[in-house]
Amino acid sequence: MLQIGLAHYLTLAGLLFTLGIFGVFLNRKNVIVILMSIELMLLAVNINFVAFSAFLHDLTGQVFTMFILTVAAAEAAIGLAILVTFFRNKGSIAVEDISAMKG
Amino acid sequence: MIVQAFAFYLFAGILTLSALMVITARNPVHSVLFLVLAFFNAAGLFVLLGAEFVAMILVIVYVGAVAVLFLFVVMMLDISFADLRRGAMQYVPIGLIIGAVLLTELVMIYGTWSFAPDKSKNLAAPVAAFVGDTNTEALGQVLYTNYIFAFQTAGLILFVAMIGAIVLTHRTRPGVRKQSVSDQQARNPADVLEIRKISSGTGA
Repeated sequence: MLQIGLAHYLTLAGLLFTLGIFGVFLNRKNVIVILMSIELMLLAVNINFVAFSAFLHDLTGQVFTMFILTVAAAEAAIGLAILVTFFRNKGSIAVEDISAMKG
Repeated sequence: MIVQAFAFYLFAGILTLSALMVITARNPVHSVLFLVLAFFNAAGLFVLLGAEFVAMILVIVYVGAVAVLFLFVVMMLDISFADLRRGAMQYVPIGLIIGAVLLTELVMIYGTWSFAPDKSKNLAAPVAAFVGDTNTEALGQVLYTNYIFAFQTAGLILFVAMIGAIVLTHRTRPGVRKQSVSDQQARNPADVLEIRKISSGTGA
C-alpha cells in the first residue's frame, strides 16, 4: 500500500478516463464541458504514458506525452474556435442544435 | 517512502475529486477552475515520477494556454448554462452503465496483465544511456534525434490549428471605420476635386 507501483498510476488513470467518459454523458448538452471531459481523458492517457516511461526506465513515453499535449492544444483551439463561430451563427451551443448537416 | 506514498495519495485524491467537480459543477467557470486544479495535481504526479520537463510543460500549456482559452470562451459566450443542464439527469444511468463497463474492463486488463520477461531488451530510449543528464537534456536528445520528423509534424499541426482558429473566428464587421492605406494612396486629386469659378453674386 505504501509502496507506490505502476498499478497505482494505472488505476488512477483508469479512474480519470472513466470520469471523462461519464462527463461526456452527464453534460450531453454543453459542448464546452464535453471538450473539458475530452481534456481529462487525454490527461489520463498522459499519466499512463509517463507512468510506463518512469517504471520501464524508457524516455519514449515522455516524448509521446509531449505529442499528445500538442494535439490536445490544437484540438482545444480548433474546437473552441468552431464553438465561437457556431454561437455567432445560432446563438446557442446546445448539442441538439448542432444538426445543420443532418440533411 | 512514506513521504512519496503520502504525496501520491494527496495528488491522486485531489486530481480525482477535481475531475469529478469538472464534470458535475453547475457553473462552467468553476469547471474550468477545477480543470486547472486537476492539471496542477497531474503535474505534481509527473514530478513524483521523475518527469519534470513534462510536468512543467503540462502547467505551461494546459494551465497557461488551454485552460485560459476555455475560461475566455466560457466568459465570452452569453449563454444560460442552467438551461443546458436541464434534463441532464436522464443521461446519468446510461453514463454510469458505460462508465462501469469501461472501468470493469480496465480493472480486468490491469488484473491479468504483466510485463514480458525480456522487456528491458525492447526499450526504445533507455534512461541508462543518459546517466548524468537532467530529464530535460535527455528528453531533448531523444526528441531531436529519433523523433525529429514527428516533432516537426507536431509543429505543423500547431501551425494548421493556429491558421484554422484565425480563419474560423475572423470576420469583417460592416460599419467599422478603419483606415485603408491602399485606398488613401490610390486616391487621385483629379477624380475627387473639381475647381469651379464662381462669379460674384451667384451661388455655387
